Amino acid sequence: MEINEKTYRLTDSGRFGKVALIIGLAGLILTSIGFFGDEELRKQMYFSYLTSFFYWLTIVLGAMFFILLHHLTNATWSVVIRRLVECIMVTIPLMAVLFIPILFGMHDLYHWTHEDIVASDAILQGKSAYLNVTFFNIRAVFYFVIWGYIAGKLYKTSLNQDLGFQESQVVTMRRVSAPGMILFALTLSFASYDWLMSLNPHWFSTIFGVYIFAGSTLAILAFVTVLSMYLSDKGVFKNIVTIEHFHDLGRLKLTFTIFWAYIAFSQYFLIWYANIPEESIWFLDRWVGSWKIVSVFIAFAFTIPFLTMMFRASKRSHLVLVVTSVYLLIFHWVDMYWLVSPNLHESGVVLSWFDLTAFLGIGGLFFWFFWRKFSANAIVPVGEPRLQESINIVH
Amino acid sequence: MSDDSKKIHGVIAEFANPGALLGAAEKVREAGYSKYDCHSPFPIHGMDAAMKLPRSPLALIIALVAFAALGAILFLQYWTNAVDYPFVISGKPLVSYQAYAPVGFAFTVLAAGIGTFVIMLILNGLPRLHNPLFFSEGISKATDDGFFISIEHKDGKFDKNKTRNFLESIGGNNIELLQG
Repeated sequence: MEINEKTYRLTDSGRFGKVALIIGLAGLILTSIGFFGDEELRKQMYFSYLTSFFYWLTIVLGAMFFILLHHLTNATWSVVIRRLVECIMVTIPLMAVLFIPILFGMHDLYHWTHEDIVASDAILQGKSAYLNVTFFNIRAVFYFVIWGYIAGKLYKTSLNQDLGFQESQVVTMRRVSAPGMILFALTLSFASYDWLMSLNPHWFSTIFGVYIFAGSTLAILAFVTVLSMYLSDKGVFKNIVTIEHFHDLGRLKLTFTIFWAYIAFSQYFLIWYANIPEESIWFLDRWVGSWKIVSVFIAFAFTIPFLTMMFRASKRSHLVLVVTSVYLLIFHWVDMYWLVSPNLHESGVVLSWFDLTAFLGIGGLFFWFFWRKFSANAIVPVGEPRLQESINIVH
Repeated sequence: MSDDSKKIHGVIAEFANPGALLGAAEKVREAGYSKYDCHSPFPIHGMDAAMKLPRSPLALIIALVAFAALGAILFLQYWTNAVDYPFVISGKPLVSYQAYAPVGFAFTVLAAGIGTFVIMLILNGLPRLHNPLFFSEGISKATDDGFFISIEHKDGKFDKNKTRNFLESIGGNNIELLQG
């Protein structure tokens, strides 16, 4: 990889995209073997696919939150990584395509789609005005249209800025961001209700959407840290993204670690206190057999980033930042797995090779699509007047 | 006040602008003075580095305060609910550590917040009703448009004539000897 230091464009984009595409396609082809297996194998494939899909989707939506927040707060420090995060955000169309297999797997994933089960279940009948296949599909289209519009509009305006800065571009980005933030909060919450919470349609938790939001923001902060460090290492972000920016990302990681723990505990605490069977069953399901170990891990997982990101010296250490971020990315996967899989494997943790192939499949395609966008334009918003100020920022 | 037999507190010099103050602070430090201070109406970026100020120990002290407060409040809840007056609430076990969390969290934050305020004042030597610097004629400008450096007599290198000349040589104006 090489970069032209005047135009901030990649002159040689390396084999990154090609490798990602090969891994992605191989992963998805291996995953699709599940189509031809028996019902058990097929179910496993869909559950693994949903876990991985949500893992990558939360990273993409976390990127959208980051950009919306960047425009709304008029931040300077994050100008240097704006283009990188924008390129993660605009993978929404790819995510929409990758959502299609879930529509095919609805019958295996969500048992409220079975008419005979609904017919004999008073609770599901009561919820059928919301939980029915037609409305589910309409909502899914609605979410992706909203996300696609926000991402596309902000990205296009940003690319426009590269050609020449105009104040009207800043106005456009803020006009999109303010209502965009509200729509983002609503769509992310309802998407997590639809696609994750309805795996167990009897259970409900109103804070669930916030829980997913906290996890997705934590994931994007860790993801951007690791990716920027990799690109710095390759010389692309050298002298652009400095330890000052990683320090800022570290502070946000500390904040959102605390926020995540606060939300996760709030969800658990209210259910624990009220102790109503229809609510507590969800935690009981995750306290069976080896799920107990995963639950205990989830409960204490936040302590590590909390302690490592607390001190100034450790927020300015590359090693501590990388280890914490990789840990957070693994933790986010365990979190998604812990939300999805107990619905399939009720007696304990059963890892499947589909978990790996679906993860690599979706992740590979995500990286390929991301790299195409990232290598096609300047890697920083060159039209933004505050770019140099952001590069030189010192705490 | 001009009686030479009176104790000298230090010497103070005014500088033209924030940039001059920054440069002067660096020179004062390089000359080996340690008991000196800069006075300006607003924080100046880079001053910490120019004066080579160490990082404040406040954060570390507050971490200790916070953990001590957390331990104390968890113990209080445990002792009152499970030991001194055992009381079963909504069928939960006597030691329901989950229920201790909200108060534990809130009290830790409260203790850290109040602790930060009080310990910050103590570390800054406040409250202090009088400072010999107030005898200076110009110092009140430090709240408006004046930039000053003061060097105290407690400094090992302090000599009322040499220090005065030194401050003059690095661009200080309106130099005053302070008594008190």
